Amino acid sequence: MDFLKDKAAIVGMGIYKFSKDSDLTETDMACRSIRSALDDAGLTPDGIDGIIVYAEEDYDDIDITRAMGIGNMTYYGDVRWDGGASCSMVLRAAMAVASGSANYIVVVKSVNDASLKRVKKDWGELRSWPAAQETFYNPYGLTSDDGRIGMNVRRYIHEHNINSDSFGWVTQVLRENGAKNPNSMFYEKPVSHKDYLESKIKVEPFRELDYSCPVDGSIAFIVATAEKAKRLKRRPAYIMAGAQSMVKGTQFKTSYYKSSITDLHATEIVAKTLFEKSGVTHKDIDMLQIEDEFAPLVPMQLESLGFCERGKGVDFIEGGDRISVSGELPVNTSGGSIGEGNLHGMNHIAEAVNQLRETSTSQVKDVEKILVATGVFGPTSGLILRR
Amino acid sequence: MFDQYVARRYRTDLRPDPETYLIKDKTAVVGVGQTEFSKGSGRSTVQLACEAIKAAVTDAGLKMSDIDGLMKYTQDPNDEHTLIDALGIENLNYFGELNHGGGACTPSIMHAAVAVATGVAKYVVCYRSLNQYSDMRYGRRGMAMAAMTKPMSRNGNDGLIAPYGLTSPVSWVAMFARRYMYMYGATREHLGWVSISIRKMAQNNPDAIFYGKPMTMEDYLNIRMIVEPFCLYDCCIDVDGAVAIIVTTAERAKDLKQTPAIILGATQATASDGVMMTSYHRPRIERIPESWYAGEELWRVTGVTPKDIDVCQLYDAFSVLVPAQLEEYGFCGEGEGADFCWEGKRIGIDGELPLNTSGSLLSEAYIHGMNLIVEAVRQIRGTSVNQVKDVELSMSTAGLGVPTGAIIFRR
Amino acid sequence: MTFKYIPGIPLVHPVVDRCNRGFWESINNHVLSIQRCQTCGLRLHPPRPMCPRCLATNMGWEPSPGRGVVHTWVNFVYDRAGYPGIKCPYAVATVELDEGVRILSNIVEMDPADVYIGMPVEAVFTDVNKELTLVHFKKRDK
Repeated sequence: MDFLKDKAAIVGMGIYKFSKDSDLTETDMACRSIRSALDDAGLTPDGIDGIIVYAEEDYDDIDITRAMGIGNMTYYGDVRWDGGASCSMVLRAAMAVASGSANYIVVVKSVNDASLKRVKKDWGELRSWPAAQETFYNPYGLTSDDGRIGMNVRRYIHEHNINSDSFGWVTQVLRENGAKNPNSMFYEKPVSHKDYLESKIKVEPFRELDYSCPVDGSIAFIVATAEKAKRLKRRPAYIMAGAQSMVKGTQFKTSYYKSSITDLHATEIVAKTLFEKSGVTHKDIDMLQIEDEFAPLVPMQLESLGFCERGKGVDFIEGGDRISVSGELPVNTSGGSIGEGNLHGMNHIAEAVNQLRETSTSQVKDVEKILVATGVFGPTSGLILRR
Repeated sequence: MFDQYVARRYRTDLRPDPETYLIKDKTAVVGVGQTEFSKGSGRSTVQLACEAIKAAVTDAGLKMSDIDGLMKYTQDPNDEHTLIDALGIENLNYFGELNHGGGACTPSIMHAAVAVATGVAKYVVCYRSLNQYSDMRYGRRGMAMAAMTKPMSRNGNDGLIAPYGLTSPVSWVAMFARRYMYMYGATREHLGWVSISIRKMAQNNPDAIFYGKPMTMEDYLNIRMIVEPFCLYDCCIDVDGAVAIIVTTAERAKDLKQTPAIILGATQATASDGVMMTSYHRPRIERIPESWYAGEELWRVTGVTPKDIDVCQLYDAFSVLVPAQLEEYGFCGEGEGADFCWEGKRIGIDGELPLNTSGSLLSEAYIHGMNLIVEAVRQIRGTSVNQVKDVELSMSTAGLGVPTGAIIFRR
Repeated sequence: MTFKYIPGIPLVHPVVDRCNRGFWESINNHVLSIQRCQTCGLRLHPPRPMCPRCLATNMGWEPSPGRGVVHTWVNFVYDRAGYPGIKCPYAVATVELDEGVRILSNIVEMDPADVYIGMPVEAVFTDVNKELTLVHFKKRDK
C-alpha cells in the first residue's frame, strides 16, 4: 500500500472573505485566514511548527510567523505556478507530518489579484521566472492567460468539432452553485445559458462568461497526522493521495510544442497517480473540484481525468444536468473560480473540505470521496480527499 | 513572546515522536556533480545547472530518465520546465522550492529525502546554479541600487533598512558581528584565524578559487576593510558555478555506483521574530537561535551528540559565522567559539573538529552552501582532498541569520 | 566626515503598505511613532499586521521621544560596498529606544568611526527630498 495513504488530514480551515478590494496587504489577509483556521481546528500558534507558502506572494513565510508569534518551525517550503501549486501545497504538508518532520503544518495562500493586478506585473520583473519564455510571446501581444490558453482551446474546438456554445452549460452550473454561496462574488447572481450566449466575445474563442473571477482573499488550511486529527474538534478530511506532475514540453500556460496541445498530459499523470496510490476507482469518486480558470477547461479535464472518453467532455456537460449538484458527478459545488472567485484552486480544496464536513452551501448527500485537481497547461497537482 | 527564545527552552514534548522520524537511515545521497568554479563562466545559469545535474547523474550511475523529482531554491531564477526540457526528463512527480538563500541548502536535501521516503518520487535532484561573479552580485552597486529604488521584498520590511544604506549581506552580518565581538571579546585576529585555517584547506583543493594562494595573519590584517568590522577576507568568494546532488532511498542506493552517504538526520529551523538576515529586533542579536534550534532538533532525531561528529562543514558566508555556529550547535560553550578557532589547531585536519575541509565558501566557492554538502559527502566516501581519517559521521549546516538547517551523513 | 547624500543618485522608495503607513506618515510630520497593540499593549517594530502576543489586528501608533542607545553598528568604509547615493564612510546602527523596541537608522553629525555600542542618541529628522523624510539619530549628552 502507498505509504502516504490516509496518513494525514486537513484539520482546520480558514477563509478571509473574497472581495474586489480587500484594503489589506496579502500578509495581513494571510494572518487573518490562519487565525480562523487555528480557531477552526482548536489550536494555538505555538502548536504550529511548519508552513507551506506560495513563492510569488508579497510575503515570506517568516513574515507571517513573525506577525503571529509562531516560533520554532521544522518544516517549511515554497511552491510556485498558480493553481498548479494548490494541491501540491497540501501534499507537501501531508509528507511533512507523515514523515515525522513536524506536527501541524499551515498551508496558506493570499492574493490581491483583483485590486493589485497592475502592481503584480512589476513584481514579475523582479522575480522574472518565466522571463526567457515570455520573450517568445510578449512581443506578439500574447501577454495574458486568456490569449495563451485560448490557443489550446481553439485547437480543442477544432479537433473535436465542438460547438463552443456548449461551454455555457459549465458557466450556468457554476454560477448556480455560486449564487447559493455567501462567500461568492456572485452570491444570488445566477446566469443562464442564454446569458452566456449573449455575453460578448472578449478574446476569441472566449466569451466574457467563460472567465473566472479574480479576487482579493485568502485561504488557510492546517494539516496534521490522521492520528492527531481524531483528537481535534472538526471532522477531518483525510488525504488518500496527492500527486503533482510537470511533463516534458510543458511551459507555463504556453505548452504549444507537444505532439498534442489539447491533451492535458500532466492532468492524466496526476489522475493515474491519484487512483493508483489511493486504490479507488472512478466509480468511487462522488464529486470533482477542478480547475476552471476558463469554462472549456472543465470538459477537457473530464476527459483527461478519465471520467469520459476523449472528445466526449462536451457531451458530458451538455444541458448541465450531469455536473450539477443533483447530477451524477457534481463539479465545483462552491462555484469554483467561475462562480465563486479565483483563489487559484485553494477554494476548490476548501469546498471539498466543506462537502466532507457536510457544511457546504450546495451540500451533496453522503459524499465520501472527492477528487480535486488544480492547474492545467502547466504544472498540475491533485488530491483525493475522503471523509 | 520571547520567552522561548531567551530561555532557550527546547521542549521535546512538543516535537513529533522520534519513532515517526522517517528519513533516518532510510535515505541517502548517491550522486554529486559540479561545474568548475570560476570568475566568469561564459554560460547561462540554466546551462551550468544542466552540466552539474548531468555530472551528478553520471556520478550516481543513473540514467537521466530515472530522475523524477527536482528541488530548487526560490532565489534560483531558472524554472523546472526549462531544465527538464533541456535534460530530457520525461516527467517530474515532485518539485518544489525552498526560500531563504543559503538557508535552503541542507533543507533541500531534507525535503528531497522526505519525498523519496514517502514514495512521492524515486530520485530527486537538488541543485543551485549561480553566475554570482559575472551577473548581479549580492551587495554590489547594481543590487544595492535595485534594492534602494525597487525594494526586493514586496512588503514593507526592506523599506525599514534600505533607506539607510544597509543594502548588502556583508553589512547585514557585520551588524551581528559587531555585537558578537563586543559581547565576547572577540578580536579581528580571532576572525583572522577562521579565514586563515579555511584558506589552508583550499591549498589542497584544485577546484578552489584560492588554490595556490595561502594567507598569513599579516595578509589578513592588511587587506582593505569592506564594512567595518569586516575586511575582504572575512567575506565569501563570489563565483560562477553550479552544484547538483541526487537523493534516493538507502534501499535503492545499494545497487548504485557510489558509497552512499546515508542520511542520519536533517532538520530545518526557524526562530521567533525573524527577518531575512536582519533580525536586529530580537532580545540578543549576538546569538543565532535558528542554528541553536536546528542543532537541538538534529541531536534529538539522530540520537548523537556534537562529540560524535568527525568532520563538519559550517556555512561560512562570513568568518564570524563559524565561531557563532560552534557555540550554537554545542561544539563549545557560549562565547568560546572565537577561542576555539585561535591558531586553527582544533579546527584543522588533525584537530578535534576538522572544519570546512574543501575551503568552503570563504576559499573554495560561494554556491549558496551546496558545495559544503558535496564536501560532507566526499568525507563519507573517503575522497576528500583533505580526507579526515575513519569518518563515521559527517555534518553540514545551512545559511544562517535566516531560517536554517543542518544535516548529518553516516557511512 | 559627517553623513552626506550624493546628489543626483536616485534614493529610497520605502514600500508603504497598510501595515507600515502609520510609521511613514508620522515621520513626514517629524514625529517618530512606534506600533502598539491596542488590545494587549505590546510595542512592536518593525510593524506587522497582527499582534504576535494576542493575535489582535487593531494595531495603533504611539509617538516616541526618540531617545535610546546604540545596540550595534557598522561602518561602510569601502565605497563599492555601500549605497552609491550616500557618501562613504557612513554608519548604520540599531538604536534601542527607551520604550524597549529597536529601530535601524544612520548615525549622523559625527565621524562614523567614533560610534560605540551603548552610545546615547536621540532622533533627528532629515528631509531628504520633497517626497522623503527619514528619521536619523545623533549623539546626545547623557
